[in-house]
Amino acid sequence: MKKLRLALVFGAMAGLASAGGATENRGLPGNGPAAYKEDGRYFTEDGVPTYFIAEDGTVDWMTFSGFRRYHSECHVCHGPDGMGSTYAPPLKDAVERMDYYDFVYTVSNGIQNVDASHQKVMPTFGQNKNVMCYVDDIYVYLKARGDGALERGRPAKREDKTDAISAFEAECMAGG
Amino acid sequence: MKKLIAFTSVAALCAGSAALANDELLELMNDPTQWVIQTGNYANHRFSGLDQINRENVGNLQVAWTFSTGVLRGHEGSPLVIGDTMYVHTPFPNIVYALDLSNNGKIKWKYEPQQDSSVIPVMCCDTVNRGVAYANGTIFLHQADTTIVALDAETGAVKWSAVNGDPAIGETNTATVLPVGDNVIVGISGGEFGVRGHVTAYNMETGELVWRGYSMGPDSDTLMDPENTTHLGKPVGVDSGTATWEGDQWKIGGGTTWGWYSYDPDLNLVYYGTGNPSTWNPSQRPGDNRWSMTIFARDADTGMAKWVYQMTPHDEWDYDGVNEMILTEQEVDGQMRKLLTHFDRNGLAYTLDRETGELLVAEKYDPAVNWTTGVDMDPNSPTFGRPAVVPEFSTAQNGEDVNTTGICPAALGTKDQQPAAYSPRTQTFYVPTNHVCMDYEPFRVSYTAGQPYVGATLSMYPAPDSHGGMGNFIAWDNIKGEIKWSIPEQFSVWSGALATAGDVVFYGTLEGLLKAVDAETGEELYSFKTPSGIIGNVMSYEHDGKQYIGILSGVGGWAGIGLAAGLTNPNDGLGAVGGYAALSDYTALGGQLTVFKLPD
Repeated sequence: MKKLRLALVFGAMAGLASAGGATENRGLPGNGPAAYKEDGRYFTEDGVPTYFIAEDGTVDWMTFSGFRRYHSECHVCHGPDGMGSTYAPPLKDAVERMDYYDFVYTVSNGIQNVDASHQKVMPTFGQNKNVMCYVDDIYVYLKARGDGALERGRPAKREDKTDAISAFEAECMAGG
Repeated sequence: MKKLIAFTSVAALCAGSAALANDELLELMNDPTQWVIQTGNYANHRFSGLDQINRENVGNLQVAWTFSTGVLRGHEGSPLVIGDTMYVHTPFPNIVYALDLSNNGKIKWKYEPQQDSSVIPVMCCDTVNRGVAYANGTIFLHQADTTIVALDAETGAVKWSAVNGDPAIGETNTATVLPVGDNVIVGISGGEFGVRGHVTAYNMETGELVWRGYSMGPDSDTLMDPENTTHLGKPVGVDSGTATWEGDQWKIGGGTTWGWYSYDPDLNLVYYGTGNPSTWNPSQRPGDNRWSMTIFARDADTGMAKWVYQMTPHDEWDYDGVNEMILTEQEVDGQMRKLLTHFDRNGLAYTLDRETGELLVAEKYDPAVNWTTGVDMDPNSPTFGRPAVVPEFSTAQNGEDVNTTGICPAALGTKDQQPAAYSPRTQTFYVPTNHVCMDYEPFRVSYTAGQPYVGATLSMYPAPDSHGGMGNFIAWDNIKGEIKWSIPEQFSVWSGALATAGDVVFYGTLEGLLKAVDAETGEELYSFKTPSGIIGNVMSYEHDGKQYIGILSGVGGWAGIGLAAGLTNPNDGLGAVGGYAALSDYTALGGQLTVFKLPD
């Protein structure tokens, strides 16, 4: 049940492959996991957010945005470029082990793993708009890193931000 | 006025016994066989008067004994030695061990507090703790969750505890405390969580709050006198702690106080620096953001600010001003002066008159520093005391959503908290430094209590067009404002230095090496690989007529977060993959104390 509930919550929140958007580019070029594009966001065959990197290295807006948000909200524990630190594990590898829904669940609810030999504690970000309004961005960025599709550092070229993404961002950051 | 009267009356009540507590601690500090305060002495010299180990024989140093702390994570600070007992602390869960030096390091007692583990992730950069303090037969521990505990030094029994902050809104602690007179003076962390920084004095015997001075807010909060508190020689004016903020932003203004404190017993002034204003996005907080990024001189008994100096008005790079203030008596232009020397995160080393706050020297202590062309030293200029910001490297002028590239130093600063040492014999400062630059892109964030409040993306990389390493260990002349010599290091030097009367200077490296160098020339005389990277501070003591050198290993801290995976330079362009040396190729977690001596 846990998965389903979250899928509903965040599906509603992020406009996950929902009706009303302009679906385009069925059958995208390249070997990436993206199956289709909608309002500047890319999705897999299963309707899960993912990255898209063109042959000339241009990354989609969400991946670029994820790079920025990751290095504001996550890297102080998880290290630069999703590489991990002496403090917390590499998230570029975590997204290869867990699926999108588990990722969103963990970010929302945090982790408590404390005993004699572990002190792994991640806070709950469910109330933090700087994280939750960009959780898809962060996920697709890390997925691109984990798949080996994106090198370390700031992506050199990116797609433009679409009006739909701007509108979602404004609504999410303003919402209660 | 009510507050002020309360402070005065408490101060008057305590004045009788203040001298006693001070005298005992001062006496102990002057005894080089013991190491009774994290900073070596009140002046933060980190100098040992012992000379058995000297530059002729330090090459023969060997390991005398070791001790595992049983804790992973970053080990900052150092042990204390009082009499025959050594006190060793750990990062979270903040264990304290009392070791019997006369009985092969047998554990006399161990104290382990019970803390809510939810404090762990609100400590922005690892669960470090910079050690315990001692006064009046009591060990003072300031835990991660901001609980201050007074422990009987003989038995470890809790005498009292007090709570200084609330981790639920991001208030935590990493620093040691400063025992002065009848009080212990403590700071607070959480600048990345929108905490409003403050410094608080608790009565040493009872744990009662005596005074609290905030970094920003109305005068009743900042404990400032509009007429008599001065900034660069001029009165600060009414409510200077709110006047340079927009609206109520000062309430989440940052300016935390997690550095090393120093104290001048003659002037009865406590010195410390305040951290960055939150958020890291300067466009969201117009104004000078006073008194973040500021050197404070406060009266030890009342907390009233005597003078302040804001080094980086309206911070645009996260250059916290918390680094230690080192107090010296030196000749300037033929006159003996009471000086304060401070190596700031912003890459400038400041020398001030600590009685008046007069600015004497402000010079770069890493030639790579480029965000400023220097500080205006003309007292008649309207921008007196301000750094001239280079527009190309101004994240505020370039604005939100713009990636400002090639800024030196990085947010780590040319130096972070890792404290420098001063040898009165050479009148030289020995400074562990970072040699790292960054790209910085600020953007808009919203504030939620207890959640990170950052608002910038950073990429860091070794200073370009230099030796390729990420650190230097330098010798500094604070009167001329010049580097005497500089030792390039592969990684940031994140360990506190120790200078000794044997004319040897010790420091640790992130790879885990304990190094000894000649105080005059910087020539390396000894090096030993300890079990883990060193971010602790070197200390020295004597037992049964023999001099020992002690150092905590245990990689972590911000260095462990930033450098574990290595850094990449985006300016290298596509194809230059892999980044610079990864710390994880050299060392792994693990807390251990290593103690060195000369062969018998």
